[in-house]
Amino acid sequence: MADPVTITVNGRSVTVESGAMVSTAVAVAGFAAFRRSVTGEPRGPLCGMGICFECRVTIDSRQHCRSCQIPCVEGMEVHTDA
Amino acid sequence: MPETVYGVLIVGAGPAGLAAACRAAESGVRVAVVDDNPRPGGQIWRSGEGKFAAGAVAWLATAERLKVGFIAGARVFAAPAPGRLALESFSKGEFEVSYRNLILATGARERFLPFPGWTLPNVMGAGGLQALAKGGLPVEGKRVVIAGSGPLLLAVAKYMKEHGADVRLIAEQAPRAALNRFVFSLAMHPEKFIQAIGLRAQLLGVRYLTGCWPVAAGGKDKLESVTLRRGSKTWSEPCDYLACGFGLVPNLELAALLGCRMSATGVEVDEYQLSSVPGVYCAGEITGIGGLELSLAEGEIAGLAAAGRVETAHTRFHARESGRHFATALDHAFALRAELRSLAQPETLVCRCEDVTLARIQSCRGWREAKLHTRCGMGPCQARVCGPAIEFLRGWKVESVRPPLFPASVESLIKASRSTP
Repeated sequence: MADPVTITVNGRSVTVESGAMVSTAVAVAGFAAFRRSVTGEPRGPLCGMGICFECRVTIDSRQHCRSCQIPCVEGMEVHTDA
Repeated sequence: MPETVYGVLIVGAGPAGLAAACRAAESGVRVAVVDDNPRPGGQIWRSGEGKFAAGAVAWLATAERLKVGFIAGARVFAAPAPGRLALESFSKGEFEVSYRNLILATGARERFLPFPGWTLPNVMGAGGLQALAKGGLPVEGKRVVIAGSGPLLLAVAKYMKEHGADVRLIAEQAPRAALNRFVFSLAMHPEKFIQAIGLRAQLLGVRYLTGCWPVAAGGKDKLESVTLRRGSKTWSEPCDYLACGFGLVPNLELAALLGCRMSATGVEVDEYQLSSVPGVYCAGEITGIGGLELSLAEGEIAGLAAAGRVETAHTRFHARESGRHFATALDHAFALRAELRSLAQPETLVCRCEDVTLARIQSCRGWREAKLHTRCGMGPCQARVCGPAIEFLRGWKVESVRPPLFPASVESLIKASRSTP
C-alpha cells in the first residue's frame, strides 16, 4: 500500500489513504455540505459516480471539480462552496 | 508523430467494456478503453487503489497482456467528426481520439425519485454510498438506512456490513409476493440463486422490509432521520446516511448524440450488438438493464463482431439469451409501485441543479416547456438525475441530447469545434 496522502480542505489538514477520492477527504474533514445550490441549500454527493455534479468543489483554484471522481494528490488545496 | 487510430475504441471500462476489449484485442486489432473513472472496473467492479474485485482480475490481466490501452479519468463530451471523440480530463485537459469501430459500454446510473428532504447532504444513492465508501469514505459505526428497489440494495447492505456500518434496515418497495416469484424464477439460473442466498445469509441481523419505502428525509443542514412507510404504518428512523436508489437506468447520452436508434429499454442493437449507426456497437446496460452476466456476454459479442469475428461471436449467444431471461424476471419483480409517484410534494425539488420544484413543472406539457419556463434539466447534470425521475412521475421522455454531453471548459469547446475529420 502506498503512503497516506495529506491535503487541506477549507484550510483544515486531512490525511487519507492513498487512492482515496477528494470526496472522502471532504467528508473526513467534517464537511457534509460540499456546495450551495442556486437557491442556497447545502448539498453533498448523491450518485458517487460523476453523474449528478452535487459533489462539486474547488481544487487548487479550479472550480466545479467533481470530488467523487478525482483521487487526492499530496498537497492539494480543496475548498467547498458551502 | 502520426495520430493513433484505434481499430476498436471502447467507451466504458465496466464488465461489458472490458469483455469487449479483451475479445477485440485477441483478434490483433489495436484497442483502447476510455473511462470517466480513474480506475477500470465500472461501478460493479469499482475498487480502491491497488485492489480489484475478484470478477475483474482475469479480464484486467487479459487486457494488460493484450496491450489494451486505458484512457482513464476522461469523459467524452462531444463527437466533433465521424470517427472522432472529444474528451476532457482533470489532468490532461481536452484531447481527441480516433477510431474505426466504436463500442459503447457506458453502463447505467441509479434512478433517484424525489421526496421531501432528498436533497439533504448524506441522502445518497444506494450504489452512490457504496461508490463513495469504495473511494475511501469511512462508514464504520455509521447508522445506515438502505432504501429503494432492486438487488443492488442487498449488495450495498453486504458491503456496508463488511465495512462496519450499522445497517438499520433495508426498505424494498417491491411487495413480498413479487420477490417470491422472482426467487422462484431464479431456479433457472442456479449460479444467481446461490449468489442471492449467499447475500441474504450474510445479512442475518439486518431487517429486510418488503413493501416499504421512504416518504421523507429530515435534518437541519444534513440528514438526521428518514420517515418510512409500510402498509398503514409510518415511522421515523434516525440515521447518518440514507442510501436510496430505485433501480438503474442506462446512460444513453453518448449513444443518442451519435444518432443511435433507441428501443423501449435502451439502444436498439442487432444480433451482433451493432446499433443503427454503422461501426457503432453497444453492449451491457445501455441496451437494457440486465446485470453482470448479460453485460459480459454482450461485451464479448460486440468485441468479437467489431474485430470481424462474427462466427466466434455466435458462441456467446446462448449466454446472452440466458441473461436476458434473468433481466426480464428482474424487471417484473422490482417494478416500481404507483405510490412512489406521490412522494414528491408541490414544494419538493425535482431538478437539483436548477432548484426547480414539482409545482413549477406541473403546469408544463412536456420537457420543452419545462426547460423554457423553469430551466428544469438544464444544469450541469443535463437531466441525468431529474430526467428518469420526471419520466416516472410525468411520463415525459428526454427528447434531445446536444453537445457538450458534460460541462466542459471554454478552451475544450473551442478546440473541439476546430477539429477536422
